[in-house]
Amino acid sequence: MSVRYGKPLVFLLCLVPLGVLIGRGASGALGPNPVEAITHFTGDWTLRLLLVTLAVTPLRRLTGQAWLVRFRRMLGLFAFFYAVLHFTTYLWLDRFFDLGTIAEDVLKRPYITIGFAAFVLMVPLAITSTQGWIRRLGRRWKTLHRAVYAIGVLGVLHYLWLVKADLLEPAIYAIILAVLLGLRVPWADLSARLRSAMRRRSWMAPERR
Amino acid sequence: DTIPNVRPSPFSTDEPPTSLEDITSYNNFYELGTDKTDPKANARFLKPRPWTVTVDGECAAPGEIGIKDILSSFTQEERIYRLRCVEAWAMVVPWVGFPLGDLIKRFEPTSKAKYVAFETLYDPEQMPGQKRRVLDWPYREGLRMDEAMHPLTILSTGLYGELLPNQNGAPLRLVVPWKYGFKSIKSIVRISFTEKEPPATWTRMQANEYGFYANVNPAVDHPRWSQKTHRMIGDGWLAKKRETLPFNGYGDQVAELYAGMDLKRFF
Repeated sequence: MSVRYGKPLVFLLCLVPLGVLIGRGASGALGPNPVEAITHFTGDWTLRLLLVTLAVTPLRRLTGQAWLVRFRRMLGLFAFFYAVLHFTTYLWLDRFFDLGTIAEDVLKRPYITIGFAAFVLMVPLAITSTQGWIRRLGRRWKTLHRAVYAIGVLGVLHYLWLVKADLLEPAIYAIILAVLLGLRVPWADLSARLRSAMRRRSWMAPERR
Repeated sequence: DTIPNVRPSPFSTDEPPTSLEDITSYNNFYELGTDKTDPKANARFLKPRPWTVTVDGECAAPGEIGIKDILSSFTQEERIYRLRCVEAWAMVVPWVGFPLGDLIKRFEPTSKAKYVAFETLYDPEQMPGQKRRVLDWPYREGLRMDEAMHPLTILSTGLYGELLPNQNGAPLRLVVPWKYGFKSIKSIVRISFTEKEPPATWTRMQANEYGFYANVNPAVDHPRWSQKTHRMIGDGWLAKKRETLPFNGYGDQVAELYAGMDLKRFF
């Protein structure tokens, strides 16, 4: 299967959660607290798509399938799309654009501070995701887009701090994120360098008797 | 099952009650699961008959009382109360129940009885949520004696004129309408009179977030939620939030219980 057919397919798959949400809204299946249901749903999908985006590079390395990287931008932009829905739900349906209480939330409640920071960090990455910006930024583009690691960490912390007692679900996200970030550390390289450093030290400081 | 001879009460609010569907499908009852929809889904595991409540501690006549005895010996009233959750949402619930004070008197608490402690059933077979140690089971709560004896404080046996649905804490739960919902302990199996402040589950877990008193207070924010406003369940998604009142609007009746107390410290 080529990237040409794959892209529209992934695009449609990424819209499935939105379709489910609209379906639930239209059929009154969002439960007694629809605003909370929408907030949780869009937040969950932001995190899931963020993790899927972060899985692309390790998956490519493990499988040697270079074409996988062609989907990364779209997946990242869909993570941003659900983050926009999540943030808009908060601003509009939860806070009704009341800037006073929004500012209070952002300043006083760590889970909101962190979620807000993650969202703000996503904006420049979404803007500079175009071919033009990749060209213009050159090497700096890669450096800038490493911010996605911070976004992932902040996103999972946002969820962890929001939960009252049952940490199971956010812990699953945290573990998956840790694995995905851990796979990026060049372990073999690191241990080789560490071993050679230790050898050099013992050689440079011989024991005296 | 309809509860017979339920009397109306002057303590009821005339606000329109939340629908039975919403009251029974949006619950915080971690013994039956941590999602709000879990308690309804797992309600079938709980067996509210037969049911015995042990009453002990600082009292002259300790003993046990069965749920049938409770339903027949105390006059059941309808109490339509506002319920305010610490998570900043609220409902209006037409409880059926009777004053906790009526039950307390029967067991003759002594002068040493300064507090009343409550305990929920611990049985992971009936309460599948207890299979994981999400909270320090069994759930415990407590009230000061004067709070427990206050006429607004009830033990609830029903909802909308019928026996209490399992997900709402069958067969017997506490309702203290001026406190956050987590004080209103569900599926009670033990009531004890104590001299010292009894442990409360959420307070022991995170004392900076959940105080022993837990009086509804818009002036004291929870670290995670502003308590100035709340969402009324059933208002619909484009409805504005409502202003939260001190003591959940029951200040005229209960504020004097806390005269001279710093409610920012004893939150």
